[in-house]
Amino acid sequence: MVEKKVVIPGDSGIHARPATMLVKMATKFNCNVFIEKDGTDANLKSILNILALGLTGGTEIKIKADGVGENEAVDEIVALIERDFAD
Amino acid sequence: MVQKLFLRDLLSNPEDTQLHMVSLTGEMGLGREIDSADINRPGLSLAGFFDHFAGNRIQVFGKGESAYIDSLSHNEAIESFKKFFSFKVFCTIFTHSKRPPDIFLELAEKNGTPVFVTDLTTASFIRLLHHVVSETHAPQKNIHGTLVDVFGLGVLIIGSSGVGKSEAALELIERGHRLIGDDIVNVKWVKESMLVGQGSKFIRHHMEIRGLGILNVTDVFGIGSVRNRKRIELVVKLELWDDDKEYERLGLSETHYNLLGMEVPYVLLPVRPGRNIPILIESAALNQRLKKMGVYSAQELDKRIQEWIKLERSDG
Repeated sequence: MVEKKVVIPGDSGIHARPATMLVKMATKFNCNVFIEKDGTDANLKSILNILALGLTGGTEIKIKADGVGENEAVDEIVALIERDFAD
Repeated sequence: MVQKLFLRDLLSNPEDTQLHMVSLTGEMGLGREIDSADINRPGLSLAGFFDHFAGNRIQVFGKGESAYIDSLSHNEAIESFKKFFSFKVFCTIFTHSKRPPDIFLELAEKNGTPVFVTDLTTASFIRLLHHVVSETHAPQKNIHGTLVDVFGLGVLIIGSSGVGKSEAALELIERGHRLIGDDIVNVKWVKESMLVGQGSKFIRHHMEIRGLGILNVTDVFGIGSVRNRKRIELVVKLELWDDDKEYERLGLSETHYNLLGMEVPYVLLPVRPGRNIPILIESAALNQRLKKMGVYSAQELDKRIQEWIKLERSDG
């Protein structure tokens, strides 16, 4: 299990479009990938799971991965959030 | 994960647990955390008896307390309130829409104690408060699955991603059953032996169906096809058919699934092209209802066969 903290940049938070980007990225990996907010896990391969967390800009989240390629998964997803979600 | 409950939360409860509380002291003290549903009726304290006074509880002023306050002269009232507020008081609530005298509010504000008024009766207020507090503090967990009300029985469908949970739920809805939540279900252990599930408040009755995208079930199938919460009485796990695995053939023994430490009746359904999963789930729900009423199909059949064998033997 690998995990990394990241703060969601920008103001708009994670709505449908960024959630889709996350799911697309996460499904490339074979391992289980999760996003955690306040102790609640959501499956990063499910759009509704991510949306259900209600992630606003400025929220600190954790990206977690478990299984084959867990390091790459966490690194690439965190990079995606930092790079593309800043508006 | 235990949720916290603050006084502020009591002011903005959803419809069915509405406490009808209005603050008479503005924003003051709304950030106080409620850690128990125990209340205190401060009648004795108002009359001047303070042994074992539980000021850290919610103080409920019902008809009795308000009538006592009304019976006091102005000076007696001031003296009684001053003594009352010489203790640290968590918060006070007046039922039956009875507003306390201004001097009470003044002293409460000095003490930092929030004062509320509600139009509920004392009995229903206490009952509702208890309900709200125990619900919030109940053990809970978010589960990856879909909760559907099938013939009045809450069926939680679980299984790995892409096995067809949402598709099965969609057909169940189409057949007249009701969706509670898809993809993520919040399960709470409410009472002794009762698990209640509800969907996420952000996504409510939306579903994601591969190839279609996101559907709003309420809009597509109508308000009759959804509900907000439901007791979970059966867990159905879908998994891809594994030829090397032995699946249940008789149903003589009962299997259970552990949810928050509670054992819930459980059915494992292997998925294979040609198997109509929604119908299987419907049958599982109906069978579970029969079991609840004490009718066990597999056991009944076994009993009949055993009787028949006995009969044959005695005849021969």
